[in-house]
Amino acid sequence: MQTFFQTLTTGLADGSIYGSLALALVLIYKATEVINFAQGEMAMFTTYIAWALMGHGSSFEWWAFFATLGIAFVGGAALQQTVIRPLERASVLTAVMATIALLVILNGLAAWIWSPQLQFFPSPFPTSSWVIGGVHISKQDVGTFGVVMACVLVLWLFFRFTKLGLAMRAGALNPSAARLMGVRASWLLALGWGFAAALGAVSGMMVAPTVFLTPNMMQAVLIYAFAAAILGGLESPVGAIAGGLSLGVLLNMLGQYVHPVTSELQLPVALAILLVVLLIKPAGLFGRVVVKRV
Amino acid sequence: MKRLGNPVALGVLVVAVIAAPFLFSNYRTYQLAFVGLYLVALLGLDILTGFTGQISLGHGAFMGIGAYTTTILVVDHGVRDLWTIPLGGLIAGVIGLAFGIPATRFAGPYLALATFAIPLAFIGLLKRFPHFTGGNVGKNLPQLKAEFGWHTSPSIWFYVVCWTVALVMLPLAFFIVRGRFGRAMRSVRDSEIAATANGISTAGVKTLAFGISAFYCGVAGSLYGIGITYVNPDTFPIDLSILLLVGIVLGGAGSLYGMLFGALFVEFIRISWGPALLNLFSKVHHIDTHAPGSGLVVYGVVLLLVLYAAPSGAAGLARFSFGSKTRIIRPRHPPGPPAKGENA
Amino acid sequence: MPALLELSDVTARYGQVVALHGVSLTVADGEIVALLGANGAGKTTTLRAVSGTVRRTGDIVLGGKRLGRATPEAVARSGVAHVPEGRGIFAELTVWENMRMGGYTVRRPDFATVLGYFPWLQERRNQQAGTLSGGEQQMLALARAFLSRPRLLMLDEPSLGLAPIITREVFRVVTELNQKEGLAVLVVEQNAAVALAAAQRGYVLETGRVAVSGSAGELKSDDAVRTAYLGY
Repeated sequence: MQTFFQTLTTGLADGSIYGSLALALVLIYKATEVINFAQGEMAMFTTYIAWALMGHGSSFEWWAFFATLGIAFVGGAALQQTVIRPLERASVLTAVMATIALLVILNGLAAWIWSPQLQFFPSPFPTSSWVIGGVHISKQDVGTFGVVMACVLVLWLFFRFTKLGLAMRAGALNPSAARLMGVRASWLLALGWGFAAALGAVSGMMVAPTVFLTPNMMQAVLIYAFAAAILGGLESPVGAIAGGLSLGVLLNMLGQYVHPVTSELQLPVALAILLVVLLIKPAGLFGRVVVKRV
Repeated sequence: MKRLGNPVALGVLVVAVIAAPFLFSNYRTYQLAFVGLYLVALLGLDILTGFTGQISLGHGAFMGIGAYTTTILVVDHGVRDLWTIPLGGLIAGVIGLAFGIPATRFAGPYLALATFAIPLAFIGLLKRFPHFTGGNVGKNLPQLKAEFGWHTSPSIWFYVVCWTVALVMLPLAFFIVRGRFGRAMRSVRDSEIAATANGISTAGVKTLAFGISAFYCGVAGSLYGIGITYVNPDTFPIDLSILLLVGIVLGGAGSLYGMLFGALFVEFIRISWGPALLNLFSKVHHIDTHAPGSGLVVYGVVLLLVLYAAPSGAAGLARFSFGSKTRIIRPRHPPGPPAKGENA
Repeated sequence: MPALLELSDVTARYGQVVALHGVSLTVADGEIVALLGANGAGKTTTLRAVSGTVRRTGDIVLGGKRLGRATPEAVARSGVAHVPEGRGIFAELTVWENMRMGGYTVRRPDFATVLGYFPWLQERRNQQAGTLSGGEQQMLALARAFLSRPRLLMLDEPSLGLAPIITREVFRVVTELNQKEGLAVLVVEQNAAVALAAAQRGYVLETGRVAVSGSAGELKSDDAVRTAYLGY
């Protein structure tokens, strides 16, 4: 029973990290129908920035955390305006390739600037645990979950209650109608990328203490985030978070209790499960199947 | 005859292929052999992505399947390496078909993710069954020796094999895309709704396209294994699948001859052009050209620039210069005349 | 009186297909003008040319200022409210959120006045807009358009999909807005009868050109025009 709760909390913590990155993917996809393959590398790059701000990993600084969120936001918006916008009218394949090019550039740039060597990234939370009724609950797990969910909550409040947030939601639903209401569609896309980048930065900074900071650290996380986003239905922000949490818990439970599932098989098994879910519910758990009128 | 591709172009290509080993060094010829096998792989992926409009991020795995099939057959079962080439293609093709059946239920990004899973699953499976596949260590292949009474270096023989295969697969590709099936593929790419309305089974077309493209990549993979005489799980990472996709985009998705340019790019960019470009750059602005990651940055920037300048790849540029108005890749959301009864 | 909206020799195309072959028309302040014609005549395209959602050549002048290459957002902010075909409602947002979007470009949206014209919107605030009936959605679209304090209201086929009694109600509100608020209206309609009943002037388009124009009375009473172009 104790293992169960420990696995559960670790699963929720991991899941929140996947969910945050998944939400970033969904934000951009909802607005532009483009999958941003560079989301993971953007997260990695901003985590390196945070690391540099924190004096190369001596100790975690909250001011650096928030500063990084800001930098990520600006960077994401800038990337959209400079790199992606010129290709807005191009085919899907071209847009996909552009994000892949971005992925490659950011990966190379990180290795170039900071070297591919493994770096230590500090965690804001102590490594000790609370012991409740014999169950060890890791403070880091709880802290990670809390931080990610708090950021998601803030974002939700923004979308729900502000004029700009409403405009972004409207723009995602019906871009042409939104433009007719005077909404500057292009700025909203930049905002979307900005928020997505910030979410990615949160993911990166929360996962880095465990997997260590290297240029390739987000690649596996990105795949899990994809799976989570699709599991939740690509158009659903709630689905992205729910998908992430479910996936995190599921993977941890599988790894703990199902022995043939060794660590090498974790990823393929996760994807197999995803494929099975999609066969039953093609639009994901929370997605809507779009019926096209011919 | 037109059905098999422009005979003049093919003729020019054949002449160039025959002439090359006489003009270039053994090592260069060895590299050009890889161009041939990449051509086969890109033709396959182009059939799926350029002609049928399905983006796949996993075709490197089909190359891997071909390579491992060849390796296991040659090393463990003593089969003559040349015979394993069509077998590698066949097995990859069957797996591709099998994958295609459920995969056609997915569209767009869902399909991209599903195909993304293939190489990962493949690598995982390779490591999980080391008894069969050699696990992490991989397997070694004996080097290809010239056959049929020829006495040439292994490099040149390999070149001959690769290009013989390529020069057979190329007209075959034309045959496929210029027939009824090709029209069906293109209509699925352009509008699935219209295709269905015309009685085309889009799922069937997509599945078959998957199978054919997997077959091509399997053949290319067999050749690849024979060429580098070594396979292990790291030989076919996701990077390879992405590189193939880059190759078809740069060559011009939807054009078959464009794949030649794509193949040249795939083979040479990583080894020669990347560092050469960097050297050029460092003359202007001092940078440490041996720094890790610098090559990747150049690769990415070049890719972006090409996407801006020539979104239809080399083939698009060629068509543009020769005045054709046909577009290879359809743009998204072209504004259309108003449809009646359309609800917001 | 100088025209509020003036189109001079406007052409527009979708790719290779030319939809408008040099259309010229005017709308004066406080006028209701009907734009009529058969399917495919170019009525919707004309509205799109004004709001900037289709590429076009020719001169379009709004309130004395040329709308050159203005984006749809910019045109909207210049005081043109375009209610597109199908109403452009954000189906998944609530009625209230749709209205807030209407007031997006306005610092202090005048919800009170709008609710005066559409009082029932108040009790349906939190209803999902997509679950409203066709007529209610049309009214919501009107309310939303009016919230942006436009000088010109462009309506694309407001009667589409609506029962005659609802259509009459829609046009009653449009006429009221025109008379009480001085709102100029350019309305595209296939239902010529109801449009000419509300409008002062009208244009009839045929394959992208203005075939006939005149006052509403002239168009209604000219038998040749009626049978050839208006189908009744």
